[in-house]
Amino acid sequence: MDHLKNPLTANIRPGKPPFSLKEYEQAGGYQAVRKALHSLTPGEVTAMVKASNLRGRGGAGFPTGQKWSFIPMGADAIRPKYLVVNADEMEPAAFKDRMLLEGNPHQLIEGIIVAGYAIQADIAYIFLRREYTLPAKRLKTAIAEAYAGHYLGQNILESDFSLQLYLHESAGRYICGEETALLNSLEGRRAAPRAKPPFPPVVGLWGKPTTPNNVETISNVPHIVNHGAAWFKGLSHSPDGGTKIYGVSGRVKRPGAWELPMGTTLREILEEQAGGMREGFKLRGVIPGGGSTDFLMEEHLDLKMDFDGPKQGGSRLGTGTIVVLDDQTCPVGLVHNLMQFFARESCGWCTPCREGLSWTARILAAIESGQGQSEDFARLQKHTRLLGPGHTFCALAPGAMEPLQSALKYFEEDFNRHIREKRCPWR
Amino acid sequence: MATIYIDGRPYEIEEGQNLLQACLGLGFEVPYFCWHPALNSVGACRQCAVKRFKDEKDERGEIVMACMTPADEGTRISIDDPEAKEFRAAVIEWLMVNHPHDCPVCDEGGECHLQDMTVMTGHNYREYRFEKRTHRNQDLGPFINHEMNRCIQCYRCVRFYHNYAGGRDLNVFGCHDHVYFGRQQPGTLENEFSGNLVEICPTGVFTDKTEKRHFTRKWDLQTAPSVCMHCSLGCNTLPGERYGRLRRIRNRYHHEINGYFLCDRGRYGYEFVNCERRIREPLRRNGHTLQPVSWEMLRPQVAACLADSSRIVGIGSPRASLEANFALRTLVGPDRFCGGMSAGDDRLVTAALRILQQGPARLPSLNDVRRADAVLVLGEDVADTAPLLALALRQLIHRKAARVAQRVKLPRWNDAGIREVVQNEKEMLFIATPHSTRLDDAALKTWRAAPDDLIRLGFAVAAALNPQAPAVTNLPAEIGSLADEIARTLGGAERPLVVSGTGCGSEALLQAAANVAWALCAQGSPAQICFALPECNSMGTALMEAQSLKEVVDAVQSGRADTVIILENDLYRRADAAAVNALFEAAQHVIVIDHLTTATGDRAELILPAATFAEASGTVVNNEGRAQRFYRVFAPAGEVRESWRWMQKMMTAAGNTAAAGWQKLDDVVAALAEALPLFDPILLAAPPAEFRQMGSKIPRQSHRYSGRTAMLADISVHEPKPPEDVDSPLAFSMEGYDGQPPADLIQRFWAPGWNSVQALNKFQAEIGGPLRGGDPGRRLIEPALDAEITYFKKIPSARPADGEWILVAVHHIFGAEELSMATAGVAERAPRPYVALNADDAAELGTAAGEEVEVRWNSRRHRLPVRLMPSLPRRVAGMPVGLPGWPGLNLPAGARIFRGDDHD
Repeated sequence: MDHLKNPLTANIRPGKPPFSLKEYEQAGGYQAVRKALHSLTPGEVTAMVKASNLRGRGGAGFPTGQKWSFIPMGADAIRPKYLVVNADEMEPAAFKDRMLLEGNPHQLIEGIIVAGYAIQADIAYIFLRREYTLPAKRLKTAIAEAYAGHYLGQNILESDFSLQLYLHESAGRYICGEETALLNSLEGRRAAPRAKPPFPPVVGLWGKPTTPNNVETISNVPHIVNHGAAWFKGLSHSPDGGTKIYGVSGRVKRPGAWELPMGTTLREILEEQAGGMREGFKLRGVIPGGGSTDFLMEEHLDLKMDFDGPKQGGSRLGTGTIVVLDDQTCPVGLVHNLMQFFARESCGWCTPCREGLSWTARILAAIESGQGQSEDFARLQKHTRLLGPGHTFCALAPGAMEPLQSALKYFEEDFNRHIREKRCPWR
Repeated sequence: MATIYIDGRPYEIEEGQNLLQACLGLGFEVPYFCWHPALNSVGACRQCAVKRFKDEKDERGEIVMACMTPADEGTRISIDDPEAKEFRAAVIEWLMVNHPHDCPVCDEGGECHLQDMTVMTGHNYREYRFEKRTHRNQDLGPFINHEMNRCIQCYRCVRFYHNYAGGRDLNVFGCHDHVYFGRQQPGTLENEFSGNLVEICPTGVFTDKTEKRHFTRKWDLQTAPSVCMHCSLGCNTLPGERYGRLRRIRNRYHHEINGYFLCDRGRYGYEFVNCERRIREPLRRNGHTLQPVSWEMLRPQVAACLADSSRIVGIGSPRASLEANFALRTLVGPDRFCGGMSAGDDRLVTAALRILQQGPARLPSLNDVRRADAVLVLGEDVADTAPLLALALRQLIHRKAARVAQRVKLPRWNDAGIREVVQNEKEMLFIATPHSTRLDDAALKTWRAAPDDLIRLGFAVAAALNPQAPAVTNLPAEIGSLADEIARTLGGAERPLVVSGTGCGSEALLQAAANVAWALCAQGSPAQICFALPECNSMGTALMEAQSLKEVVDAVQSGRADTVIILENDLYRRADAAAVNALFEAAQHVIVIDHLTTATGDRAELILPAATFAEASGTVVNNEGRAQRFYRVFAPAGEVRESWRWMQKMMTAAGNTAAAGWQKLDDVVAALAEALPLFDPILLAAPPAEFRQMGSKIPRQSHRYSGRTAMLADISVHEPKPPEDVDSPLAFSMEGYDGQPPADLIQRFWAPGWNSVQALNKFQAEIGGPLRGGDPGRRLIEPALDAEITYFKKIPSARPADGEWILVAVHHIFGAEELSMATAGVAERAPRPYVALNADDAAELGTAAGEEVEVRWNSRRHRLPVRLMPSLPRRVAGMPVGLPGWPGLNLPAGARIFRGDDHD
């Protein structure tokens, strides 16, 4: 692997333990920290990241450099300031952060130090999904090594910059992936999202300026600092800079995850990387970016998987982890499974999400088990409309509605057959 | 002012509001649940959705939550937009997914905000066909009934209980569509404001358990504006009656006093009105018993007792109205009338009054307290003696919120956002008391000391503020620096406030508090001073320039008088039993006018049945010096009548014509104002009895009052003429003016489409602001702004470390007040007499919690169980006061404490 083409994964050895600090250093690790701390100002780091067009890999795609620039800087800025890494990867079908956490924890830690330096953070947290026990173990080891190597703690590498890094293992709720619910959870409160405004850069963790970033986003940062913004932009097939880790699950020949240029087409990912459909299965559609994105169909396969491409088919890049629906799997069952998850993971704060998702899941269960009513289709459609963005307190329910609304559009006949025949035709 | 456009029309509104407030203030019908004017916006329920347009050309618009959207200049919204309407109806439908629709058996039915909002949105057919989720309910103690299945998860209960009232034992559990509001374990809700959950909850999850035992629908209640009788703050209430029984108390909004809330003593203390100890007919002594007798039979005897007016003395009462006290004063003459306070209370309340009248510091209303920005609480356990004052002080946090909101450019009403910024930061509240208080968690600093040391701290703060104030000598450095810190904080504040009261039993403490406030005033600060007083009309009786109880007792014991008339007062709560017994032995005739049997009544020759606050109209003066009128809620049966009318009857019987012209309450009030000009403003404290709205009286019964013709049919099929009320513009009737009465006469909050208490929105001049036409009552006391300040100089010396024990009063919200103890739930929560000790002191004495020790003070000795109170300073012991049969008078006092088996 070429670390100038696949910077995120070049140092990952599948099936083997991740690099120790020593191995990581030998492979050129922590050079970005040295470079940033010794020869760049925080503003210069932020400017590089801005120029690189790195956009948030958690799903929303917000420009990372811009996000950092919201943090109050200067001597009179409120302290402490926090950097929070969102490693609560619970999006259905997403496993790309896990690959980075398990495969190269030092890369993440290096990114945290550089990002923390850019915003002049005092304290950083990694908020880790509860089930990620192997990443937890590996992160703990790596963090201890980094402290011992003086990459963390007071006056890092004899510079003026100090940073404490803590690993927080979540109690396990999907909603913690919502950045403000994550902050509440970190504070020991109920994991319900916060009202915005105020936004975390101004009023974040414990009321202090905070930048929440995704694991994959932060893992890119050392490479940008090492090789420059222009190089990073050049990695991509689209205006969004860098590479992207795409994943594919479903009945394809080679399910997995790959680091590819941002903007690789769906077709290339599915056919060249995942090897196409398994024998005897036909593609019916894909959910391109984790459980809360709209279905795309065969005709969309030539769309670029960058932040703007899937929009042309009415969907989103999301996490870039693709679920393939084949012709022998019930689309109603698939959507029901997703809705059950989202209904269960609703925090219970706002009415439409708390009651609407649960109702939706029950309707889908009824249809799937042959108890559907002719009005159910319209009821589901109404919910997809009423649980839209802005109607709910956070993005959970609108996200949940995305696969449902597109399933109703593309697989209407499958729903109607269930209702008509009072059974699931796939069972 | 800003202009906003609602459905195409321009409206002028006050700036800084959210759209929901603005729309409700303009009279639009926008449904809501999670928003509350005292709790502000969090955006949880999504019920208040409206459509917002970017500009004139925008035709699509977007749905926004009115409560979370600023009503800025030029904002364009539509309430009637079909999409917004559809969404609002959908929110109700979602809420109805799990709501049990048990309205007919729900105590909230008929005054349920959820019902009102359901009707408002037009949702009427629920398509949900699956199982509803169910919850297990909890026993939450004697006041609150819990029915979680009705919950619509608006989060108002926890936001009130936790965030606003500082309660810790009610919380939210679970998630998704299984969110649960309750306690971690079943058990009595600890917070003294738990009763407000009944009004905060938009549906029937939390309902009034005391009302449940004699339940009546809102529309069947006869209600009238009233004032709480259970402490000195004078919170406004709305009692409700049916079939001659008081059924419940609800809050009556008063912008300057209680706002939206009441304490549990005020809400639940009403049951004395219905209790078995009520005196319902005149009683005459026959040997050892008191026997019922009619007034007609009694009249000659009363006339004989009162024949020689020079030999009568009258003992009034701080729990009786001004009019009742004044009528007694008229009967016996000003020289032979006392206000009926204990010697200690008399001294303290008089001292407080003098400070308020003669000094430059203004007396704040509770609303002023809520707006203070730095506070010193000196010596008073306000959470127990004046609960709503404590609740107001807790809202100091909003001052900080206002400042941070400005910093991060958040609107004040964005409660969720502001709480993120404020986090757990404390406001500028200093509490210096003998023991911990339930307000401590809101304080920046607390300090525990014996009363004399608290006084010294107060004097030291004043001296630090102003060198003219006398300095405290031999002040330990630690207390000196605390005094400096308090002085700096108060001195730098825009609206500093000093809070003290009579609870600690020390006049010098009040003087120390006065010095602090005055030293601030001398700097040009608008400092205010607030005193918690013992009872609902302590201030009123103090203003009457009465004699002291001792002088009146002396008159009897010296033989100058032989007849005692006692008005609504149990003297055994006012003086040592020996002194009271001596009075009764010396007196030839004892006439008691009261509504409850008491130890004092047991010694009477004659008892006349007095009306309670619910059956009489009258005026009381609260600790703010505000005279407030309360109105009869119902006409009592039989011979029960207002105390002033009994006085008048007695005078007439005795041939005394002083009260002959009194036809109605207003006549008594006029006579009072003439006799004591200080009371002049009370002529304006309530509309005259002749006041009519559109030519009609204001009906106490609702327009839906049911069974009027049938409710007495078991006695007679002829419907009796309703009782007349000559004293007020209110009528005991369904008939009369059915619109909104003036603020003084609001007998219920009800408006078309708004059957719940939230109808209050329609009665306010602005949402969360004063009532239309101004809040009721008139202030009688204003500061002497230009008076020269004469600082108090009597500073106690420092307490020796190994000095004798000091016994201090411990007030319990449940137990310290006489009348509320007739409510079973209040009595259940009251303590039994105990002595509280610091754990180290207890160890030194060789005793432990629950063991008995002997306590000797003021020539009394009692064996009492020990209760450990870790916050008490060394060698300071606490004792509850005001418990039945256990008045705990004349504290603080020096004491001696012995272990159970020690003898000397």
